[in-house]
Amino acid sequence: MKKVKLILSVLALTLVLKSNANSAEECFEKTSRAIFKFNMALDDIILEPLAKGYNKLPSPIRTGTSNFTSNIGTLLSIPNNILQGNFKQLGHSVGSFAVNTTVGILGFLNPAERIGLKPHKEDVGQTLGSYGIGPGCYFVLPILGPTTARDSIGLIADTFVDPFAHVTIREKELLGASGNSLDYYSIKATGAVDFRADNEKNFESLEKNSIDLYSSLKSIYLQDRENKIKNSIEDEDEWGNLDN
Amino acid sequence: MKKIVIYYVSLFILFQSNLLAYSSNPKDFVYEMVNDAISKLADKNLNQNQKSIFIEKIARENVDIKGLGLYTLGELRKSAAKENVSNFQKSFEKYFLKSLTSRLTDYSSSKFEIIGEDKKSSNYTIIKSKVIPNDGGPEIKIDWRIYTKNPEKPLIRDLIVEGLSLARTQKEEFASILSSNNNDIEILIDKLEEFVNN
Repeated sequence: MKKVKLILSVLALTLVLKSNANSAEECFEKTSRAIFKFNMALDDIILEPLAKGYNKLPSPIRTGTSNFTSNIGTLLSIPNNILQGNFKQLGHSVGSFAVNTTVGILGFLNPAERIGLKPHKEDVGQTLGSYGIGPGCYFVLPILGPTTARDSIGLIADTFVDPFAHVTIREKELLGASGNSLDYYSIKATGAVDFRADNEKNFESLEKNSIDLYSSLKSIYLQDRENKIKNSIEDEDEWGNLDN
Repeated sequence: MKKIVIYYVSLFILFQSNLLAYSSNPKDFVYEMVNDAISKLADKNLNQNQKSIFIEKIARENVDIKGLGLYTLGELRKSAAKENVSNFQKSFEKYFLKSLTSRLTDYSSSKFEIIGEDKKSSNYTIIKSKVIPNDGGPEIKIDWRIYTKNPEKPLIRDLIVEGLSLARTQKEEFASILSSNNNDIEILIDKLEEFVNN
C-alpha cells in the first residue's frame, strides 16, 4: 500500500510539473473519458438509487447525517488552516468541532452555526493552491471522480494530516478516541451519498442539458476548486474584452 | 372604425410591452424580473406550455443571448467565418431557450432576496442574491452579471450559482467539443441542432 501511494505521489508530482499549471489541459483524456463512463455506470447502479432512497428518509435524519459527516470533515480543515496561516478560520474550525461534538451531540446537531461559527472546508489540495501551486493537468479517478495532479497529491496527503484518518486508518489513539479503516471509509461513503442526494436535481438537470457531460463536470469541478482556494467567487475571465 | 382598431391594437401592444418592461436600475431589474417569473411559475392556472412560452419571452427580452453565444464560442468568434458565427448564434439561441425551459420545468416555490450590488465597470454590474426554497432546502447564492452598456436596457449575461458560472461552464463544454473536432464550428452547430430536435 505504501509503495502504491509513493508511486502515485511521484506520478502526480510529475504531472504537476509537466503541465505548466494549465487547468484546461488533460493528462490522458481518452482514459479519463473511459473512467468517467465507468463512474457514471457505477452512479446509475449504486450511488443514484442510494441517494434516491436516502432522500426519502425523514428530514431530521438526513440533516443529522449531513451534520455528522460534515463535523468529522472539519477535522481535516484544522491542520490545513494552520498550514495556510489562516488563524481566523482555525478558530471557526476548532470552535465548530468542539461545540458540535459536545453540545451538538457528536455532531448530529449544528449549534455552532447558530453562534456564528462557519468553518470553510479546507484540504491539502487547497493548501497547495494557496501556496501558488497550479492545478496541473486534469484527470478522472475510478470511483473518486474528477481531480487534478495537485489535488491528487493533496488527496493522498490528506490521509496523513487528517486527525480522523490518523485514528481510523492508522488505528492510533487520539484523546481517547480510536477506530479502524472501516469507520473511515464508511464515513466517506456516507458523505458521498449525502452529497449525491443533496444534488439529485442538479445532476439530473445537468445530464439532461449537457451536450458533453464530461466537459461540463470538468468545468464545474475546476471552478469549484478555484473558488475554494481563493475563498471567493470573483471571476472576470474574458467578459471584459467581449465587446472589443 | 379604423381609428378604434388602431387604438386597441396600440393599447394591446403597450400593455404587452409593459408586462415585461422592468426597471433600468440593475438591482430593481433583477428583483422585478425574478419575482415576476416566480409568480408565473408558481401559478397553478398556467400549464407547462404557457409557462414555457412565458420563460422564452422573458429570456428573449432580458438575456443578452447574442452576447452569451459569442462568449461561449471563445476565441473562435474572431477567427470563424461570419456566416458560420451567425448560424452558430441561431442554433445557440434555440439551444439556450430549450435548455432554460427544461431547467425551470421542475421549479419549486422559493423566496428571492437581493443581498448586494457590485458595479464592476460601466458595462457590468454584479447583483448578488439568494434563493430560499420554501421546502426547507439550503439557501442558494446567485450572482447576476448584468450588462449595462445601454443603461436604459440592462441585460443578463451570466448567472453564477454558488460560485459556478453557467456561461463559463457552457463555454468550456463547447471548447471541449471544438477541440476534439479540429475547431470545426459546423460540428458544434450540428450538435446544438441535435439537442434542440431531440
